[in-house]
Amino acid sequence: MEWTQYLFMRNAFLAIILVTPIFALLGTMVVNNRMAFFSDSLGHSAFTGIALGVIMGLRDPLISMIAFAGIVSISFCIIKKLTRFSPDTIIGVFSATSIALGVVILSRGGGFSKYSSFLIGDILSITSLEIIALSFVLLAVLVYWFLFFNNLFLVSVNTVLAKSRGIKVLMTEIIFVLLIAVIVMVSIQWIGILVINALLILPAAAARNLAMNMQTYNLLAVTISLLAGIIGLILSYYWGTAAGATIVLCNATFFLASLLPELRPLLNTTRT
Amino acid sequence: MKCFKIEKLSVETNRNVILRDINLHIHNGEITALVGPNGAGKSTFFKALIGDIPYKGKFIYHNSLMPHRKPKIGYVPQKMEIDSSSPISVLDLLSASVTKIPVWVTHTKKVKLSVYKFLSIVKAEHLAEKRLGDLSGGELQRVLLALALNPLPDLLLLDEPFSAVDQTNLEGFYSLVENLVREYDFAAIIVSHDLFLAAKYARTMIFLNHSIQSVGTPEQVFADEKFCQTFPQGIRAEV
Repeated sequence: MEWTQYLFMRNAFLAIILVTPIFALLGTMVVNNRMAFFSDSLGHSAFTGIALGVIMGLRDPLISMIAFAGIVSISFCIIKKLTRFSPDTIIGVFSATSIALGVVILSRGGGFSKYSSFLIGDILSITSLEIIALSFVLLAVLVYWFLFFNNLFLVSVNTVLAKSRGIKVLMTEIIFVLLIAVIVMVSIQWIGILVINALLILPAAAARNLAMNMQTYNLLAVTISLLAGIIGLILSYYWGTAAGATIVLCNATFFLASLLPELRPLLNTTRT
Repeated sequence: MKCFKIEKLSVETNRNVILRDINLHIHNGEITALVGPNGAGKSTFFKALIGDIPYKGKFIYHNSLMPHRKPKIGYVPQKMEIDSSSPISVLDLLSASVTKIPVWVTHTKKVKLSVYKFLSIVKAEHLAEKRLGDLSGGELQRVLLALALNPLPDLLLLDEPFSAVDQTNLEGFYSLVENLVREYDFAAIIVSHDLFLAAKYARTMIFLNHSIQSVGTPEQVFADEKFCQTFPQGIRAEV
C-alpha cells in the first residue's frame, strides 16, 4: 500500500495502535462515571497549560500542560467531595475560565495563530522517541487497569458502597483523573484540543450500546477504538484531511452503527 | 457476646448540625428499624458508621471472642448511580466486590462459586448474568443484599428504597433479612419507609430526627408523643 512507504505514516500508524486502546479503556469508566463533560473541559484546560509554559519560557509546554491539567483534575475530585455544587456547574466554570485565560495570554500582541496547531493536532509529526514514550504510557494504564479496575468500578457504581468495602474512594478517583489528564495532554499535540474528548467518549458509548457485561464492554471499546483509529488514519492520508478529526468521524460512524440493534424494534413497529 | 455501642455521635457541616448526640446499643441477631421524616439524617447516620463522612463521638464494637477485630460492615444502598444502559452484569458487581482479579479480564471459578452461593441465599442465582439495569426494584435489592452478605458482615446497614419494591416483595425481603440475621447472628439496621413492616419485623425501633427522639420497641415508639406529631397518619404512613 502506498501510505506504508512513508516513515511518518508508519510512525503515525504505530502511535494510533498505542494510543487508541488507552483512550478506549479510560473512556469506558469516563462514560460509566458520567464524566464526559469533565474530560471535555480537561482538554480545554490545555489552553492555559500552554499559556503557562509560554510565560515560563518553556520550549515544549507539555510539562506545564500536564501540571495544570493535574491540578484541575485533583481540584475537581476534592471540590466534588466537599461541596454541594452540581459537578456540571463546577466544570462549566473551570472550563470557561481556563479557555479564556489561555486565549488571553496566548493572544497578547496578536500571536495566537502560532498555537492554532494545538486546536487540530498533527499525528504525522510524531517522533520515534515519542512512540517509545507512548508505549510506556500504555503499559502504565494496563497495569492500573489490572490492579485497580475493580475498585474503580465499585466507586463508579456507588461511592458509599465502595467505602463500606474498605476502598479509598478519593484516592481511587484522583489516580483515575490524573491518568486521564496525562494521556489527554500528551496526545493533544497529535489529536487536537477540539476533538480529543471524542476519542474517550465515542468508543465507550458505542460499546455500551452492544455490551452485556464489563468484559464485552472493554473488549468492544478497544476494538472499535483501534479500528476507527486505523481506518481514520488511512482515510486522512488519501483525503488529505486532519487525522484526528477523521478518526473521530470513524468513531462516530461506529457509534451510529451501534444504535441499529436498538432501532430495529422501532422500525418494525412503524412498519406494522 | 457481640454488640455495637454508639456514644455521643454527632455530624456537623459548616452550616448545620445533621446528627446530634446519638447514643445507641445495637444488638446481634435482631433487626433494628430506623425511621424518621425526610432529611432527618438517616442516610448520614449510615455514612458516618461506614466512615464515609467525619463524625464526633464513638462507634465501638464489642466482640468477646475477638476483641481487636474491626467490624465488617455490609451496606445495601438506597439507590445506585447507574443508568439502565450500563453494561454491568450482576456477576460483574458481585465479583468486583470480593476479588482483585479485574472483572473485565475474567471471573475465576472460585469467585463465581462464592458469588452464586450468596446469590442463592437471597434466591437470586438466576439473575447472575443479567444486567443491573434490567432488574426490577425487588431483584436489585436482593442482589445488593447478596453483595452485602459476602463476606458475612457483623453489621448490616440497609437503606430501603422508596416504593421501588412492591408490597409482597417487600414483606418477603423483610422476612428474608430476619432469617439471615438469626441464622448468621449479625446485627442489622434498616432505614424503613414502611412503618407497618418495620413494626412487624424489628425488635427495636429508633425514631430519628437529627437527634434520637424515641427508641424502644415499635409499640413504645408509636405511642410516643413526638412520633404522633410527626406521623399523624399512624403506622400506615409511607415515610
